[in-house]
Formats: sequence, structure tokens, C-alpha cells
Amino acid sequence: MSIIVNHLCHVYGADTSQPVKALDDVSFEIKDGQFIGLIGHTGSGKSTLIQHLNGLMKATSGEIYYNGKDIYDKDYKLKDLRSKVGLVFQYPEHQLFEVTVFKDVCFGPLNQGYSQKDAELRAFHALRMVGFPEEMYYRSPFDLSGGQKRRVAIAGVLAMRPEVMILDEPTAGLDPKGRDEILDQIARLHKEYNMTTILVSHSMEDVAKYVERLIVMNGGKVMFDDVPREVFKHYTELEEMGLAAPEVTYILNDLKKSGIDIDTTAITVDEAAKEITRALRAANKIR
Amino acid sequence: MDTKIVKSEGLVCEYITRDEEGNVESIKKALDGVDVDINPGEFVAILGHNGSGKSTFAKHLNAILTPSEGTVWIDGKDTKDPSYLWDIRQTAGMVFQNPDNQIIGSVVEEDVGFGPENMGVPTEEIWERVDESLTAVKMQKFRTHSPNKLSGGQKQRVAIAGVVAMHPQCIVLDEPTAMLDPNGRKDVIRTARALNQVEKITIILITHYMEEVIYADKVIVMDKGKIVMQGTPKEIFSRVEELKEHRLDVPQATLLAEELRKEGVPLSRGILTKEELVKELCQL
Repeated sequence: MSIIVNHLCHVYGADTSQPVKALDDVSFEIKDGQFIGLIGHTGSGKSTLIQHLNGLMKATSGEIYYNGKDIYDKDYKLKDLRSKVGLVFQYPEHQLFEVTVFKDVCFGPLNQGYSQKDAELRAFHALRMVGFPEEMYYRSPFDLSGGQKRRVAIAGVLAMRPEVMILDEPTAGLDPKGRDEILDQIARLHKEYNMTTILVSHSMEDVAKYVERLIVMNGGKVMFDDVPREVFKHYTELEEMGLAAPEVTYILNDLKKSGIDIDTTAITVDEAAKEITRALRAANKIR
Repeated sequence: MDTKIVKSEGLVCEYITRDEEGNVESIKKALDGVDVDINPGEFVAILGHNGSGKSTFAKHLNAILTPSEGTVWIDGKDTKDPSYLWDIRQTAGMVFQNPDNQIIGSVVEEDVGFGPENMGVPTEEIWERVDESLTAVKMQKFRTHSPNKLSGGQKQRVAIAGVVAMHPQCIVLDEPTAMLDPNGRKDVIRTARALNQVEKITIILITHYMEEVIYADKVIVMDKGKIVMQGTPKEIFSRVEELKEHRLDVPQATLLAEELRKEGVPLSRGILTKEELVKELCQL
């Protein structure tokens, strides 16, 4: 089971005088259960790419195979694909509309054709999965805090029981604690349900902490596709693309440039702290 | 002593929800006794988690909201007095989170000119002001472009230019970078700092990004409608645990320094930037 993207191209305005190549020969494979980070600055093609993965947009050329089947095949039911690949848009709370949280989460499965009872079961389960407090199920979704609203919106997608979940900047606009809570929740879902997860993010610190594989897009092309540690070694190239490495990468590299014998591959604060103490001890600068 | 550009005393704001018959269902205190003094020319950052009252406070600074109790003075003028409304709105300009919601012109220069035109500034002077403000935010190149073709950061700078053109003494930026990518964020913050340092405009910056407040003169931390911490960035960020209790964070360099200090590395408290940290580590 996997998603294979093969030489995918998408051109906006192909029949106009100014066509824009939003995706330019993109190829990769996503194995079941992977936790992937997708980064790139505004206009790099990330959003266009994720909208192809659940069939909301159709490629100009190239193929996408979902579990071995070509999604552009005439007999392929895109409706099924959309319930298997759940897409959580940016600011998903803007899509909440029902009178109660519970009804809002029921909307997806009801739309898929499940009976009221099945839909309610799924909604109940989904709200549990995101750790939403039970006493608030029948509140209006508009009375909730930003972080809670976002949880409800994610539950709305989970209720459709997707196999793959794509989240487009799920932490934008949240306070630091809310950000950590949502990301921890996503990591937990990935771990407990072995759900393939694609996280679109602007925060290098976040992807460094959570994902196992990082795809970097620039100008519609995949520039890097590797484990975060390897990708962040190219921090000067990342900067040229309008991106950056986590702050600790810069600190370690600056230390190395000042002549301290140090390994620069750490990407989280904890790792960096360990490496710096080790290097300082080795140089007899601290006990 | 000089007049404070922003002063509030015992500021309380209550949001009242009513049922269909108009009976009061609940009262929520969004601001609960806020006392603030901001001097002209200061760069003040306000931190606080979602729902801590930051934005409600910001809306009191140009009389979008008026206090339920207590008083707010903008450049010595009471915001509750309706006759000062226009003066206050010209003194304190606002920039909001979503750039798309604040741009109304179909050409950048028209959008920037909208404010002064509305104030009745003579045509010639409007164009001068548009020139100056676009230069101040480094968007002169785009003056005849359509705003909807700009990136988020560029749109936000146009929105700032629109406020600058009204010659305010103070600009309140309510999470201006929340919807931007890292480059856009840098541009907007750089613009705000330049306006503060070159034009001496008082800046009040509301944000969730800890890296954006390290250059502020003063940081105010809000929680549950109250001011819970106040001081220079150095003072505030040396209290890591306390910040975490208020659902906030510290910049990564500060966090790393804190971890290293726990390991027994002799570093000073309140390191804010990676440059400071690297410098101290190299001096060991």
C-alpha cells in the first residue's frame, strides 16, 4: 500500500499567454505509515501538490497511483479516494458550520452515506481520537478557543476514517502551547493508528521535532527528499530557496566555524544541548 | 513629564452574551484591570496565548472598543469621549492579522492614499504621503501593481503603508505575521523596527512568535485579561518556567542556553539570539 507520484506536472493557465508551471516533473513514493514533512516557501507548489493527492486537482501530465491503482483511470472512483485521503486545509476552523460540535463532526460520514447511527459512532470515536473533552460535544463550535476549534475540524476529517491524512499548516495562528498540543496529537494519531501523515509546515523547528522524512519543494520541483537531519545539512541552499534550517543548526555551525570541534547534525534543542556539552567537556572547557 | 502615548487605568472589558429575550446569559471579562503606560517612541511587544485578551486590548487603543470600566487615554485623550474619536484613530493606526481583509484599493498607491483622502488631506499632499509611506515600507517598486498579485508579506507592508500615510504617532500591529511565511514575517518585522527607529513611531506589536519580540524595548505578557509579566525581553525570557505556565515559549537560542546551564555550562541568563549564545560559548 502506497502513494506513487510519477512525473507529475501541473500548469496553471496552459491556454493563456502566461502559463505557470506549478508542479514540474514531481516524482516520489510514500509508503504506508510514514510521517512526512512537506516544506517550501509560498508559491513553491506545496498546496497544488497536496490537492492532487486526493484528486481535487487533475495533473496536466503524469500519474498518481494509490495502492497500485491509477487515480486518473476512467473507472477509478475519485469519491473513494477523497474519503481515504483526508485533507485538513489551512485554518480548517473556518469550515465549521453546524450548531453543535458533534453534528459538525457527523457531517463527513453522513455525506459518505453512513446511517445516522454509524455516523454518530464514527464522530464519537473521532472526537475521542483528538482528545476533545466530552462535556463540550454539544456546545456550538463557534464558542470554542482557536485550538479547540482546530481539533474539531481535524476530528471532522478523522470521522471519515482516512488512511492518509494531509494537514496544511495545522498550527498557523495558534499560541505556542496550542501549537505543541496539536502537533503532539497528530504525532500520537500517527503512532497509535499507523496513519500515513503528511504535514505541511513553515516551521523548521516543528518538522525537525516530529517527522521522519522531509520533502522540500521549490519552484514546483522536489529539491530534497530525505531524513530531516540530512536535509538540514544543506542549510545554505535552503536559505537560497527562502527557507531556513532550525535555529540550533546555525548555532552548531557557527560554533564549528569558531574552531570548536563539534558535530553539526543535531536538529533539536535537546540533541544540540547534549552535543555542545560533550564538545565543551572534550575540550576541557567545563567539568 | 511628557504625555504618555498610551495610558490605561483599571481597564475592564466585559463581553455580555444575551439570549433571544435579551436577558443576560453570561458575562465574560476579557480584560480585568489593565494598567499600562507607554511612552512615545517605544517599541512594545504584547504576548499572550489565544484568548488572553491581547486583541481586545488592542481594539481599545483606537476606540474600536471602549472600556466597560476604567479609562484609556491615547495621547492624553479619553477614548470614551466621542468628540475625540477621529483624533484618536489618526493617532493610533491599526494593522490586523489577515492582509486580504484590509486592502481595498485595486492599485497599491490608491490603497495607501485611501486613509489620507478620507481625512481630507489636499490631493498634492496625498501623493507626497503615498510616496513617503511606500518608501518607508520599501514597496515603492510596486506602487502601480495590483495588490492581489502581491505575496502575503508584501500585502501586509502595503497595509502598514496605508496606516503610515495617515501620519499616526503610534501603530498597533495585531498578529501581523500570523498568516505569513518566514520571509514575509522577517520583512514585516524589519519594517516595523525601521518605522520605530527612523520615524520614531511608537510600535505596539502583538504576536505569538517569540523571536519577534527580542528587539522590543518592553514586553508585556497577558493572561486571563490581566498583565502577568512586564519587563525587557532579557528579563522576561530569563523566566522560562513562568512563561510556560502562561502557555508561551522562549526563542530556541534561549531554550538551548537554559538547557546548557542546567548541564553546568556557565552562561549568563536571558540570552536571546544565536549570536549572543555563540559568542558566550566561544569565550569559555
